[in-house]
Amino acid sequence: MWARAVLLGHRSWMGRHRGFTSKTDPQGSGRVTAEVIEHLERLALVDFGSQEAVARLEKAIAFADRLRAVDTDGVEPMESVLEDRCLYLRSDNVVEGNCVEELLQNAHRVVEEYFVAPPGNISLPKQDEQQPFSHN
Amino acid sequence: MAAPMLRGCCLGRCWALACIDSGSRHGRGAATGFTSSGKRGQSFVAQQPLLTAQKSRKGEHKWAAVVGLEIHAQIASNSKLFSGSQVHFAAPPNSLVSFFDASLPGTLPVLNRRCVEAAVMTGLALNCHINKKSLFDRKHYFYADLPAGYQITQQRLPIAVNGSLAYSVCVGKKWRQVITKTVRIKQIQLEQDSGKSLHDELRSQTLIDLNRAEGQLRVDANISVHHPGEPLGVRTEVKNLNSARFLARAIDYEIQRQINELENGCEILNETRSFDYKLGCTVPMRDKEGKQDYRFMPEPNLPPLLLYDTASLPAGADPQQVINIDRIREQLPELPSETREKLIQQYGILPEHSFALLNEVGLLEFFQNVIKETRAEPKKVTSWVLNIFLGFLKQRNLAVNESPVTPSVLAELLNLLDRKVISSAAAKQVFEELWRSKGKTPSQIVSEKKLELMQDEEALERVCHTVMEGHPQVVMDMKRGNPRAINKLIGLVRKVTHNRADPTVIKEILEKQLSS
Repeated sequence: MWARAVLLGHRSWMGRHRGFTSKTDPQGSGRVTAEVIEHLERLALVDFGSQEAVARLEKAIAFADRLRAVDTDGVEPMESVLEDRCLYLRSDNVVEGNCVEELLQNAHRVVEEYFVAPPGNISLPKQDEQQPFSHN
Repeated sequence: MAAPMLRGCCLGRCWALACIDSGSRHGRGAATGFTSSGKRGQSFVAQQPLLTAQKSRKGEHKWAAVVGLEIHAQIASNSKLFSGSQVHFAAPPNSLVSFFDASLPGTLPVLNRRCVEAAVMTGLALNCHINKKSLFDRKHYFYADLPAGYQITQQRLPIAVNGSLAYSVCVGKKWRQVITKTVRIKQIQLEQDSGKSLHDELRSQTLIDLNRAEGQLRVDANISVHHPGEPLGVRTEVKNLNSARFLARAIDYEIQRQINELENGCEILNETRSFDYKLGCTVPMRDKEGKQDYRFMPEPNLPPLLLYDTASLPAGADPQQVINIDRIREQLPELPSETREKLIQQYGILPEHSFALLNEVGLLEFFQNVIKETRAEPKKVTSWVLNIFLGFLKQRNLAVNESPVTPSVLAELLNLLDRKVISSAAAKQVFEELWRSKGKTPSQIVSEKKLELMQDEEALERVCHTVMEGHPQVVMDMKRGNPRAINKLIGLVRKVTHNRADPTVIKEILEKQLSS
């Protein structure tokens, strides 16, 4: 449910909105290219492990595309469902923190009071190194 | 995590290599390349790099460099931008981290009012237009010190845009000449900072501390080159720049590198580079993955940030919940440009000197205290403070508040000079002595070293006469109009009088005696 909402949000201002870019094919047949899948996999660290997953993605995009039926010329896009709300401003006081033991309980590994992570970014295996499956 | 940061983008144009065209100066010299007029804002001028004496293969083509700076400044606040945990440097790792800072699911950002005020203040101080409505976005990328997988920033509509900053730069031979330049500020935005990573190469792991409050200023530089009139070139980003000096060096190097690459027919990659301090060059960063796609999206948990001014302030609004730009403007301290203008008006000093007075911590106060206690002219005081006093400080690498000479002492010395009790040369001697031995007053030193100017004009005239008689050859030279001859005579007279005569007076007497 959440994933679909995000896609909807992403698509609705994709072409028109200032500043943001998109890599999906705006006017295409609904196919998502292998290149884009690879790009998405790297960006979002998801694994479209099968053709079914890609098909599901394509269906979701097609569903969102139905928004294009609406003529939004001259209409300012809505940025947030909260846009009528007041943004609450917090006073600059220290009221939290100081809970390192609790936080570190979540960690798989710790060293002294640091979280431990692998060095740098682990690069994804390249396209040809992955389990190949046909995109068409 | 989530320490509040202000990010400012400066755009400047730098024509640092305008003299690469044939026939012009090569080698080291000050940068004098400036933007052509007509463009709003002016150059960020870098010092001239060491040019190779090599004509451009493309003939007379000039190069223009464009430099954009991304400056990250931490806001001075008690708590973080989006959480109520403390902002404090050098705290035990992860001790200042709340559940939100650790990106635990279910936590939400809550904006710190003080940070918004700081951002507005900064925008006003930098002559920006404050956006009454600004938005927060998510910038996504994966790194261990960014547990949420995104950073909350203001990419689309930041809190302030289109500002400018005036500054002074030394140019010309030996950087004697000071000129004023302006740089454009593209935008100012509020954003979260990521955590801190400590790389442990030995055990092949990275230690993560999400406190993140180092109180530093960080700068990344974006650099490209192009031929004037043509579109902008591909830019590279240079990170890991910690000081103004290295910033200039890195930029110079990168400009030259790009020019060399392009002139050899290669292309510039849009990449991130790091500055290697030891080698003095930029190198590609290890983790380069081509162009990053940050998948910006609006931050769904934060409504737009609305600011007001006195005219638009909603009636009956909770003062804690609204920010009035006019009120913040009133609370701004006197800005440097205002202070400088006042100095120029009040004391008649030159603009470049006004910059110099403000650029050193405590120097302005020192200067003003001297002025209060001395009857010497402001121009004299300026010259002494900026040249002699500051020179002594710099030589010994001292701050103004570490100076052994206090404003009162310098004021007393300048009074002696003003009353013509001592000569200018003697005053400098006294100053040196003051610096060395604390506790002595200028008057004490003057009498100890017998530096008082000779008051007996007749005696001085007799000395001049004697010296002239003793050196007929020099007098002949003087008659012939040799300017150095008179200086020699002055020197001789000074020796005889143990430096107790004012060189200007000596010169007058000698000239008078010569003509009679």
